[in-house]
Amino acid sequence: MIAGSLFLDAFRFIPHHASLLLHETGGTAKLAFAALGIAVALALPLGLWLGHRHRGLLLALGVSNLGRALPSIVLIGFAIALLRLTFFWECAVALVILAIPPILTNAYFAIEGVDPDAVEAARGMGLTEAQILRRVELPLGLPLILAGLRIAAVFVIATATIAGIVGGGGLGDVIANEQTYGSAGVLGASYCVAAMALLVAAALGLLQHVTYRRMAPRA
Amino acid sequence: MTGRRLAGGGGPVIPNFGKPSSCLKHNGWFCTDWLHAHWGDILQPALVQHVLLTLLAVGIGFGIAFLLALLGFRFRLLNAPLGAFTDVLYMLPSIALFEILLPITGITWTTILIPLVAYTLFVLYRNTVAGLRAVPGEVLESARGMGLTRRQTFLRVELPLAVPSIMAGLRIATVSTISIATIAAFLVADGLGKPIFDALEQPDIFKTELLAGGVLVVLLALVADALLSLLQRALTPWTRVR
Repeated sequence: MIAGSLFLDAFRFIPHHASLLLHETGGTAKLAFAALGIAVALALPLGLWLGHRHRGLLLALGVSNLGRALPSIVLIGFAIALLRLTFFWECAVALVILAIPPILTNAYFAIEGVDPDAVEAARGMGLTEAQILRRVELPLGLPLILAGLRIAAVFVIATATIAGIVGGGGLGDVIANEQTYGSAGVLGASYCVAAMALLVAAALGLLQHVTYRRMAPRA
Repeated sequence: MTGRRLAGGGGPVIPNFGKPSSCLKHNGWFCTDWLHAHWGDILQPALVQHVLLTLLAVGIGFGIAFLLALLGFRFRLLNAPLGAFTDVLYMLPSIALFEILLPITGITWTTILIPLVAYTLFVLYRNTVAGLRAVPGEVLESARGMGLTRRQTFLRVELPLAVPSIMAGLRIATVSTISIATIAAFLVADGLGKPIFDALEQPDIFKTELLAGGVLVVLLALVADALLSLLQRALTPWTRVR
């Protein structure tokens, strides 16, 4: 019964504190998307290139295994303790490191796994290596690349919230301060985190589905 | 068991020995005196709890995922919805899921086990179904030709051939669970997340405790991965004959 009323209180908290939650959601989103952008800029070209050259299998596997084993909270702690930046950028560095493995590994396997016959045919038609990557491998590998991006995005949103718990700011700040916001506030902010992650996952999932349908051979 | 958020944080972590070493005074990364003094009362119990939490989460998760995979494999129509279900669970941020469950199940291991179990389902379900599906048609033909029943075919042909894929899923799920379980200490102050959160709560991050907790988590993940790969080799002796 207590849980039931708290559940409703949390849903009432959201419209009553809409501007606060919107502001904090924006804070978490800003951190998450800054980190995701940097991670994409770093990991995507490297993954595509390694996949195209069929090199660096061990690197792709090792990075993904290491990324899985490194707890996000430990990485945030190390970034705060070691770096001398503003809190936002210390967290951003940790998030970039966490987002790189799924993006790099998926980009690598997406390109590496493209049918070699298609690549050979393109080469025979006189396409340059850059053209092969852009016009043949990239479109064919897009669904898998997007799958990696989706996992990285959700991972980064979850971890950006945890960064807020550790150092303040964003939805994590609300979750960590029950004295100020009450249980309903903590729960309300948790709904916002979950909703943001699910929305981003759904959007990227849809995009993935569309590209997959377009790439799949007509039956 | 106390909740960090509700108890207002842990007690003082840097203890007063009377004479703190210069390493502790300068908040060094590797203060052996602290490690010696607190292996027994902080690190070792946290490690044991972490192992227990992981075993429970992966064990329960494997049981559920295996049953779901049997359904998804046997009834093809169910595969897509079951896959989507485990995918949605996987996309929910852990911290949000812990907080959402808290009013329902309280500050208990149940609250942290439900999300940890939920996250294992995605990989375990996928890999189990993929492994079962990957058995070549000719192999199934010859099994039928030898007069095996459907059940015998499953137990003696399909399941053993799916073991490498299932074990690969189990390794990923175990390593991820060990990593995510550290976050659970925000809610229930157990496991290796406890020393890590304690270290982060100090005004100036207590580096020795952060490093000790972090290293133990990563080591635990590496050891678990190695043990599971040994188990996989033991379970599939035929893959070595080549």
